[in-house]
Amino acid sequence: MLNVNDINVYYGAIHAIKGVSFQVNDGEVVTLIGANGAGKSTILNTVCGLLRSRTGSVEFLGQDLAGIPAHKLVERGLAHVPEGRRIFQHMTVEENLEMGAYTQPRSSVDPNLERVFEQFPRLKERRRQVAGTLSGGEQQMLAMGRGLMSDPKLLMLDEPSMGLAPILVEQIFDIIKRLHQAGTTILLVEQNARMALSVADRGYVLETGKIVATGTGDDLLHDEAVKKAYLGG
Amino acid sequence: MSFLNNAITGVSLGSIYAIIALGYTMVYGIAKMLNFAHGDVIMVGAYVCFLAMGSLGLPPLAGVLLAVVVCTALGIAIERLAYKPLRSAPSLAVLITAIGVSYLLQNSAQLLWGADTKTFTPIVGTDQESRLWLVPGQLSISYVAILSVVCCVVVMIALALFTGRTKMGKAMRACSEDKGAAQLMGIDVNTTISVTFAIGSALAAIAGVLMCSAYPVLSPTTGSLPGIRAFTAAVFGGIGSIPGALLGGILLGVIETFAKAYISTDLSDAVVFAVLIIVLLVRPAGLMGKYVPEKV
Repeated sequence: MLNVNDINVYYGAIHAIKGVSFQVNDGEVVTLIGANGAGKSTILNTVCGLLRSRTGSVEFLGQDLAGIPAHKLVERGLAHVPEGRRIFQHMTVEENLEMGAYTQPRSSVDPNLERVFEQFPRLKERRRQVAGTLSGGEQQMLAMGRGLMSDPKLLMLDEPSMGLAPILVEQIFDIIKRLHQAGTTILLVEQNARMALSVADRGYVLETGKIVATGTGDDLLHDEAVKKAYLGG
Repeated sequence: MSFLNNAITGVSLGSIYAIIALGYTMVYGIAKMLNFAHGDVIMVGAYVCFLAMGSLGLPPLAGVLLAVVVCTALGIAIERLAYKPLRSAPSLAVLITAIGVSYLLQNSAQLLWGADTKTFTPIVGTDQESRLWLVPGQLSISYVAILSVVCCVVVMIALALFTGRTKMGKAMRACSEDKGAAQLMGIDVNTTISVTFAIGSALAAIAGVLMCSAYPVLSPTTGSLPGIRAFTAAVFGGIGSIPGALLGGILLGVIETFAKAYISTDLSDAVVFAVLIIVLLVRPAGLMGKYVPEKV
């Protein structure tokens, strides 16, 4: 579904991503793990067109994404739930979700809304509430629900557990498992390597802009080197 | 009675300020820039209406519509040519560009229509007959004043419905909060900014015609002072807030009129700004500027 091939991304003179390639297949949950500054978010921002690669290509559903502006990707089926959630604080929960369905025909807004409310009953209770007044966990649910409103073929989640209490982290990963079971293809970027690998089919370990290990979620979870570096021994 | 007469004058003047302030506040809300050329769009609107009625002999309503069309196109063109290339430039560069556009419009008007002051033909009568007498011989409202207040109310309701109910309006609010996130939703930020400029400039045309109907002098610098006062009104009410523009505009009009009547005609602007400073000391975000604490 997503084919990232040898991308090199620079911030000015800094070579942030050094020849990274990876794939996400239909129905898979794939995770990119790595420490702060390894380049995880840079890769996601390159995939969704906010940053550009100097080499290589990003192919989505067999089509090269080069030169396509970020706002045109949603209608192609690529939804990006950004780091730090970035919900619209002054708008209501329902309005936030409507914005997620911005590119959808009017007729599919209500069915999608129902689907998201089924997945996140808490959002339905708070549909008229202003989003800025939600708790951190609820805001993350809203950000994910907003991403699902466009009925995406690929959902990219950037650090969904960031800044959440452990119990809420569990909840968020339960939701990711449920979405996986329902057939959603997910690209998950996480610092919480243990949780991410436990829900992922496959994982890539990123270190200072390079992929240093890859394998199934289970394999990486039990890999000695990965354990030492990312899972606390 | 004179108190009530002054109050009426203040509210109608304030309604015009409010309509202009909306243009400032909407553009600021979405593009985070102060469009100092906004006042001069008012002047262009007034000239277009003046010439349409005078030289082309069109009826007032057609003159107003033509002014709205021309100003809308002008607003979009200014944004595309002057501000869009500076989207990622420092805000100071954009501010200076806006001041440059303001002078460009004033000088172009001078070149096209001459520097002399013209007497604007009000779109509704302003003589002693064209008034609604509430208390015969003592308390009256001119038709222009009534029209200004009605326009202001209609514009406010229309904008509230637009930003609250329509897809484009909601996208506008989303862009004003977080352009990056809006883009991830599939919203075309450039189009949204163009629409905002279009609406602001259309309102400027209406305000220009109302202003020149109430105070029928027209020159290339006609727009600059009302523009600055309306900008003050927008800050007063809380820049970025639509209800704030209404409140700020009306208050500014009333304060200005009362200051002229009871303190000093020459000092009225000073009084207005003194009140602004006091308000900003107490409420730095303006009367209706909002702070929602951010949760992490």
